[in-house]
Amino acid sequence: MSDVAQASKVAGARPVADGLFTWPDNPKLLASSCNSCGTTTFPTQSSCPRCTGSDMREVTLATRGRLWTWTIQGFEPKPPYAGPAPFEPYGVGYVELAADADGASPVLVESRLSESTPERLVIGAEMDLEIVPFRTDDDGTEIVTFSFRPAGGA
Amino acid sequence: MDVAIVGIGMHPFGRHPGVSGLEQGAYAVRQALADAGIGWSEVECAFGGSASAGNADSLVSNLGLTGVPFVNVYNGCATGGSALAMADRAIRSGDYDLTLALGFDKHARGAFNANPESAGIGRWYGETGLMLTTQFFGMKIQRYLHDHGLPADILAKVAAKAFRNGSLNENAWRRKPLSEEEILAAPMLSNPLTQYMFCNPGEGAVALILASADKATRYTSHPVYLKSVSFKTRRFGSFEVFSPWLSPERAPGPTVEAAAAAFEAAGIGPEDIDVAQIQDTESGAEIMHMAETGLCKDGDQEALLRSGATEIGGKMPINTDGGCLANGEPIGASGLRQVYENVLQLRGAAGARQVPGQPKTAFTHVYGAPGISACTVMSV
Repeated sequence: MSDVAQASKVAGARPVADGLFTWPDNPKLLASSCNSCGTTTFPTQSSCPRCTGSDMREVTLATRGRLWTWTIQGFEPKPPYAGPAPFEPYGVGYVELAADADGASPVLVESRLSESTPERLVIGAEMDLEIVPFRTDDDGTEIVTFSFRPAGGA
Repeated sequence: MDVAIVGIGMHPFGRHPGVSGLEQGAYAVRQALADAGIGWSEVECAFGGSASAGNADSLVSNLGLTGVPFVNVYNGCATGGSALAMADRAIRSGDYDLTLALGFDKHARGAFNANPESAGIGRWYGETGLMLTTQFFGMKIQRYLHDHGLPADILAKVAAKAFRNGSLNENAWRRKPLSEEEILAAPMLSNPLTQYMFCNPGEGAVALILASADKATRYTSHPVYLKSVSFKTRRFGSFEVFSPWLSPERAPGPTVEAAAAAFEAAGIGPEDIDVAQIQDTESGAEIMHMAETGLCKDGDQEALLRSGATEIGGKMPINTDGGCLANGEPIGASGLRQVYENVLQLRGAAGARQVPGQPKTAFTHVYGAPGISACTVMSV
């Protein structure tokens, strides 16, 4: 969690969007769970795409899960991408996470990955959530976002 | 009322500086009219569209103000397929005898850049670099190869076949054959897919003239019958592009339902198909769609590709015109290009890339954002 602690210490830092994760203390992804069928969505939404109901509650997600699939983004995306220059390839994947609530199903969350070496990304391997610096705004504000790294990695 | 395709027209695919998408559309319509031996004033009803090159119905100021009802279709990757489905229904309903389906497009260079808000997703998704079709394709085939024990080098086989077939197609964009080694050595854009395993957004247009089957021979000596057209959208649990999350509960993609419906309506099965054009936005898509359409089983693709079964001379020829990989993807036109190719193949008029043995049945399949698929079954 050293990166999280580091990010939270930066004066004027803010998340890339509100409502994606709790922050700066005890960071967890925020999701919705359907009270009718248990489907969990990320980020939160007010209705259930599975059963069409609209009785949803906010839940947090586990910070460790398993990598379901991955790729490496090898070229700089066009706007609205607003990552730091110069461009560096980054990992992207889906991580299967349990919800921290009874009756809420697990969910596969799409995320940037802090690891971009193909050999170190393995389907089924454990991954840990971290909140990482993403870019710096024109006014010097550090923008942070969520990411996953291989568990137990350096 | 059965439906026949009696006229086909195409503006070559590729890049055409100074020629608008609408102009390419008009060119394709005139080619199709000439092929059917009719004038524009004989077309009774028209359906067409593009994703980013304008409204198809504005073409009446170029083709002629005949009062024809002309419906604009704006349906992403299914634009051409949807236009065809409606042109087909317009005849089956008994209201019309002669209709037009048109698709054209003209896109900027490079990968499509999508707007998160227009897809109902927060801006953060695009801002942090998650909203790329190329990424999705990489992740989807990565998981598919893992699930079915397939090696990544078969992705190069698909691309090499596409460029080999494209080299035999005068309307294709990429006409230079590339070896599997060159394809594997190209820059890795999104693991496991290299640059030459992806198609490029491009330009082009295709027009089709449809007639009620009982009148088809007035217009052509080689009518090709449109046995069925089906169009489906995704179900919950399908793995689709621009998904910030997925359910662990997996459902088949929209292709599975669209293909099954097309085969059922046509009264034949995938095993009866002599030539198929299936969506190959990238190499992995062709591999996954071979199974989703029912042309083979999951995991059988490696043996089929290594044995040459999907080559023009093989037992299951796929993407004989070079597919999206060699033709590029003008979104509105792409699905109708497949139908155009099948008409040539079923007429026996595909020249250097003609499937041997006089094919009698053909299949097309498009797939795209945000989880849509359209399929056709054709026969002579």
